Amino acid sequence: MEKLLLLGDEAIAQAAIDAGMSGIYAYPGTPSTEIMEYVQASKEAKEKNIRSLWSANEKTAMETALGMSYAGKRALVCMKHVGLNVAADAFVNAAITGANGGLVIIAADDPSMHSSQNEQDSRFYGKFAFVPMLEPANQQEAYDMMYYAFDLSEKMQVPVLVRITTRLAHSRTGVARKPSKNQNELHLPGNLRQFVLLPSIARKQYRELLGKQSQLEAEAATSGFNTYIDAADKSLGIIACGLAYNYLVENFPRHKVPHPILKVGQYPVPLDMVNKLYSECDSVLVLEDGYPILEELLRGMLNKGKKVMGRLDGTLPRDGELNPNLVAIALNMPVEKGKSIPELVKNRPPKLCDGCSHSDAFLALNEAILEYGRGRVFSDIGCYTLSALEPLESINSCVDMGASITMAIGAADAGLVPAVAAIGDSTFTHSGITGLLDAVNNNSPITVLILDNSTTGMTGGQTSSAYGKVEDICRGVGVSEEHIHVIKPLRKYHDENIEIIRKELAYQGVSVIIPRRECIQTLNRKIRQKAKAKELEAKA
Amino acid sequence: MKKDIILAGVGGQGILSIAACIGLAALEEGLHLKQAEVHGMSQRGGAVQSNLRLSSDEIASDLIPEGKADLIIAIEPMESLRYLPLLQENGWIISSINPYNNINNYPDIELILTEIWKQPKYITIDADGMAKDCGSIKAANMIVLGAAAPFLGLKPESIEKGVIKLFQSKGDAVVELNLAALKAGRDYALKNM
Repeated sequence: MEKLLLLGDEAIAQAAIDAGMSGIYAYPGTPSTEIMEYVQASKEAKEKNIRSLWSANEKTAMETALGMSYAGKRALVCMKHVGLNVAADAFVNAAITGANGGLVIIAADDPSMHSSQNEQDSRFYGKFAFVPMLEPANQQEAYDMMYYAFDLSEKMQVPVLVRITTRLAHSRTGVARKPSKNQNELHLPGNLRQFVLLPSIARKQYRELLGKQSQLEAEAATSGFNTYIDAADKSLGIIACGLAYNYLVENFPRHKVPHPILKVGQYPVPLDMVNKLYSECDSVLVLEDGYPILEELLRGMLNKGKKVMGRLDGTLPRDGELNPNLVAIALNMPVEKGKSIPELVKNRPPKLCDGCSHSDAFLALNEAILEYGRGRVFSDIGCYTLSALEPLESINSCVDMGASITMAIGAADAGLVPAVAAIGDSTFTHSGITGLLDAVNNNSPITVLILDNSTTGMTGGQTSSAYGKVEDICRGVGVSEEHIHVIKPLRKYHDENIEIIRKELAYQGVSVIIPRRECIQTLNRKIRQKAKAKELEAKA
Repeated sequence: MKKDIILAGVGGQGILSIAACIGLAALEEGLHLKQAEVHGMSQRGGAVQSNLRLSSDEIASDLIPEGKADLIIAIEPMESLRYLPLLQENGWIISSINPYNNINNYPDIELILTEIWKQPKYITIDADGMAKDCGSIKAANMIVLGAAAPFLGLKPESIEKGVIKLFQSKGDAVVELNLAALKAGRDYALKNM
């Protein structure tokens, strides 16, 4: 069968379509964004009437998928690792309600934080919620595992977590497809109170969930996604999870490693397989492209057993992604070293595009805030976070989605008045509305800049849930009309914009200023698409 | 056969298009390939890099190990030097000489080129100039691909097919332009090896 050239993300998307998914819900987040984008661009998905929605945030996405699962159909939720923090309440409790239609959650982790605030390992969440997890080592496995995940979810009646990392999500190779399956029919759970987590019901179902764990382990032992590869040199045994397996075999001709390997792709990891490796080998090296989760378990609190090597004993670096060289060093193998980077090579960090509306907005804010002194601008996650860098150096915090407004409230309560919050439109509807409500109820002397470029920009310009609704939401939450201003962030309005900001900074209550101008990237894209459409029309 | 290639440049310069062409050419020849890329920087003038691996055998790591890359193909000269740690001892650097100066401490281009000329094997090419001669500066990335073509271990026809496949939706004129740029780059490289 002809192979498709697909990114890891795309392989997952195609597999979900082939496996009979009925709905996909997500919030943009690198490196997971391309999964939804692939489905939205897919003709096949359209023909199959697969529902798709860029949700307001990962929690609403998770809950929407849970609702589809309740109704008996297969649903997929996609997010980056920190997105799972936002979805956690729904995720953990979805394990206790259980699934009706297959329910799969993709968490795309980012070891080395290429574009994130941390490198948290989503496998922790799988363990925390007692759900089975799949961790592919390559794009074909990503496809195969996704194809299998819905079946596993329906067989065991639990949600399934699939964990990938950046280097798989954004790497492309040939992938073979499997036959297309039909979607499920609408069918309700046999027990119409299965999803009601009153304590009396939840206690019973939690015990059932705990009771399923040995069966989940048995599934992991027989699915083919955990493999024991025996070899002669038992002075060392190696446990390699997900991508780490590739980095291991890369170092050996014909990928033949002289030591026994337990290649882990499904959790809970079958204890028999771990035990076989541990008992037959003198020492164990644990390779994980993430936190040392298995390593820590194997080592135990007191580290009194056989020698276990990994991140915790310095064999591998404590943080950051793995790569073939780090694994070679861990194995005491010689490593090639290329030449070092010449000193004259300078950093080229990402910056705001030429003509970005955020530049104009922050230039005005910088000037308006001069009389109060710097250090009072709490910001959020988006392209505008780049204003922290030179030449703007406008902001002083960026922690998690929506934290700008709420941190400003706390700082103002401490006496830092005025406090300013700078948040994007998509981030605002993601988790800024509740913060603004707090600010109004607290009558905080804060000025909130909602930087409205009418898109979710940093992740590639996906539709923003906020579109056309920002002012109404602010009014609805109780910000008074005379303290809501829409301004145009352009050089020619620079002076009047500074004046408006200055006035609102002086006001001892909640102000919202909305610098609104469409993102030039999405604007250019629209112009190009319009031109292309006109060209095709003319030809027809 | 195996070829480990680092593609380097600045967001927006068309690195991923070069990668796609080579990828299509490799598929044409039935080779295994893996192409890992950095997303998100393309809009923001940041450094962009792709790890492109071609092989007649199955490929394990998506990332090229240090000191193992056969080629660095760069559309921006300073960027070509950023990945020297990945290049093997006798690896080739194929780089344009046209600087993309969007930082306030960009070094003197003469110093950059001198550093490239210190390496054992290189081809430096005026991609912008040659692209303009072909008809459009937008084809600069194809000039660089052409210059790299003799070192890819792929048949020239496969690469041409890759270019055609990639640009055919944009019309014949665009395809012709890019094929011309490809040829110009290749001729230059063969003359200057």
